[in-house]
Amino acid sequence: MTHLNSRWLWYPLALGFAALVAMPILVLLLSWSEVDSSIWQHLWDTQLPTLVGNTVVLAVGVGVGVVLLGVSLAWLTSLCEFPGRRWLDWALMLPFAIPAYVLAFVFVGLLDFAGPVQSTLRDWFGSGLRLPPVRSTGGVITVLVLVFYPYVYLLARGAFMAQGRGLMEAARVLGLSPWRAFWRVALPMAWPAIGAGLALALMETLADFGAVSVFNYQTFTTAIYKTWYGFYSLSSATQLACLLLVFVLVVLMAEKRLRGQTRTASERQRAAALFPLRGVKAWAASAWCGLVFALAFVVPILQLLAWFWERGRFDLDSRYLDLVSNTLSIGAVAALLTVASALVLAFARRQYASRQMRSLVAFSNLGYALPGSLLAVAIMFAFSYLDNHLVIPLSTALGGAGKPLLLGSLAALLVAYLIRFMAVAYGPLEGALARIRPSIPQASRSLGVGGVALFWRIYLPLLLPGCLSAALLVFVDVLKEMPATLLMRPFGWDTLAVRIYALTSEGEWSRAALPALTLVLVGLLPVIGLIRRSARH
Amino acid sequence: MQMRPLFAAVVLAATTFTANAAEELVVYSARIDDLIKPVFDAYTAKTGVKVSFITDKEAPLLARLKAEGANTPADMLITVDAGNLWQASQEDVLEPVTSKVIEANIPAQYRATNNTWTGLSLRARTLAYSTERVKDGELSTYEALGDANMEGRLCLRTSQKVYNQSLTAAMLKTWGEEKTEAVVKSWVNNLATDVFSDDTALLKAIDAGQCDVGIVNSYYYGRLLASQPDLKVKLFWPNQADRGVHVNLSGAGVTKHAPHKAEAIKLLEWMTGPEAQSIFAKLNMEFPANPSVEPAPEVKSWGEFKADTINVEFAGKLQPEAIKLMDRAGWK
Repeated sequence: MTHLNSRWLWYPLALGFAALVAMPILVLLLSWSEVDSSIWQHLWDTQLPTLVGNTVVLAVGVGVGVVLLGVSLAWLTSLCEFPGRRWLDWALMLPFAIPAYVLAFVFVGLLDFAGPVQSTLRDWFGSGLRLPPVRSTGGVITVLVLVFYPYVYLLARGAFMAQGRGLMEAARVLGLSPWRAFWRVALPMAWPAIGAGLALALMETLADFGAVSVFNYQTFTTAIYKTWYGFYSLSSATQLACLLLVFVLVVLMAEKRLRGQTRTASERQRAAALFPLRGVKAWAASAWCGLVFALAFVVPILQLLAWFWERGRFDLDSRYLDLVSNTLSIGAVAALLTVASALVLAFARRQYASRQMRSLVAFSNLGYALPGSLLAVAIMFAFSYLDNHLVIPLSTALGGAGKPLLLGSLAALLVAYLIRFMAVAYGPLEGALARIRPSIPQASRSLGVGGVALFWRIYLPLLLPGCLSAALLVFVDVLKEMPATLLMRPFGWDTLAVRIYALTSEGEWSRAALPALTLVLVGLLPVIGLIRRSARH
Repeated sequence: MQMRPLFAAVVLAATTFTANAAEELVVYSARIDDLIKPVFDAYTAKTGVKVSFITDKEAPLLARLKAEGANTPADMLITVDAGNLWQASQEDVLEPVTSKVIEANIPAQYRATNNTWTGLSLRARTLAYSTERVKDGELSTYEALGDANMEGRLCLRTSQKVYNQSLTAAMLKTWGEEKTEAVVKSWVNNLATDVFSDDTALLKAIDAGQCDVGIVNSYYYGRLLASQPDLKVKLFWPNQADRGVHVNLSGAGVTKHAPHKAEAIKLLEWMTGPEAQSIFAKLNMEFPANPSVEPAPEVKSWGEFKADTINVEFAGKLQPEAIKLMDRAGWK
């Protein structure tokens, strides 16, 4: 058995994953080989300023919003005591299970002019009543903030809790008020975690297509689709996607700088809350947390239930069992595969922290930053190329059927998920691995346990919690994933997201409530798992 | 030398996975599951030929067809508008099919001039108006929606939707660029609110009083009326004195590299015949492309109308021009 430290093992493995991700990125870059100047001229004249403006406004708005919401909620639930804190603490993570496009169509359906809220108000106050439109910049930002704040909340909460009591007590003893202690001690120390959450939220925002198109808000992603579907120019669409990639790289570099400077603290745990709130303050805290929870979770669930009762229940048939089992099995297998691969990368990075290795690993994580649809097409092209130039000639030469094997196979779909969600799994695993001190495996080796046994008996048990949260995150993301699933699913492998797509593309929002509700419920299981795990920390 | 068994496994998989019986057709469909599966089910029940399919939007399906090239498993492509069929034909992924059956069943204006595809069901993109706030004689043509009496009363769907792109392309073909751009600009000026992302939302807005008139596909109206019989909205057939109502279609073509070409042609022919056409008519409140088949009773109750006879291929040919025009006119 080869030694675990062999560079002949880790480099080829890391190189393999990087090559996998390089495949679709290469396809994207190759699109620059032909440039349709008339389309670019048109985009430049009429669209680009609006697109860039809208995209920046959206990113800034969502960024500020998720930080305000995520940090304030995390601070309150992790360091203060107020009525309802115990359940709000975990309840505030539940919106993780709601896909952005679902919250978007719930909000527009509920709050638009023809929706129940405004209709009722008009009944009360007369038909001349006009409220600010929900399909506006403010509306789309609000929805995305409510969907993506859990990233910041989850990570900031972890950071605040890890700071322990000693630090804040020291700050207080040195004469800082709770507020100033927050600004001068807790917040700066939590910045790396907040930054990581913010980066994830921003990447999701930049890649979002579903929610912005419900709001008719024009961004880079909607322009990408328009160029592809409308002008029939896939190459111009991919070129636009490359520009979007530049935005994403800026976000990633900023995050890296932020994270690079500080190390998160890990102290002894607190037993009791630091700031027991009383009176008005306590109720204000409850109201704030409760409001966010109601808007981001209770309201959409109630609306989905109402729609389900109105229309969706007539669609409920045995096919839903298939949809749910397809969705669950694809999600589970993809999660397993992605976590295993991310684990390999994390080990490679740990064993050989060379510059090349770091770049390989960073590169392998790029898939998450690309808009899902474009990545899906790029992967489809890559597989199709392999089919046509490798699989078919090979199989013909060996006397096989000479038919494409990759595209349309379950394996190809799983690899697409792997490429897309590697970063989601890698983050938690890298963190978990970093907490295992080198002295532990060293001690183990000196006691004669090395190689594979070392992995099974030392690493895996220690890494299990990290693996679990990585797997849960990937699982939820795969459930929600739409473009790659649509394009590459094998015949008969429809999932809940596919069903939502079919109904919403026909404007049948209320019928889409059934698959949406099912998806949320299925997605809730792992989120609850995640919560239970983080509660033990 | 561990590679041999791997190769053997690949070959084995290749032969087992793809050893499709000829009695199975593969379709790439932009019509969603609900709106196509009943047609295939009826065909399977009748002939025993199985039809498996995947659904997605046209552009990804077309990209996949192109990428797969000669090795595609797909026998047929189905889209929900003529522009995309024209584009598929341009990209050379469809096979010309000369069939007496199809020619007899479907009028020439709903088929490709090069025989690469045929329409299967038609949808009118027409005016919907509030029965409470629009007076008799206020509506006449698409173009008149830009008149001063419609200021602040018009609702439109987003220009991102191919149906509006085809509508504009048809105007471009009829009126030329200058007049079309003026019309589209006058529409945008008359908007009561931001454009909607779907026709159903637009119809509900008319019902709720946010605006008085809009342009929608006929079947969205039919569907909404079925679930809300008290809808205070009706359809109006515009341009009856000149070019007629803009009609688009959902159609299909046999792929160039179809593994089962003969079988696929048989399916396509059957889909234009009375049996399949009446399924299409019932499924989605569309008009059958075969004129000998009656539309559904609800659809009939909307009344007869004169349809624009322009060949729908222009929708595809002029689509990029139409989009640029709509962008210039500020139609979001």
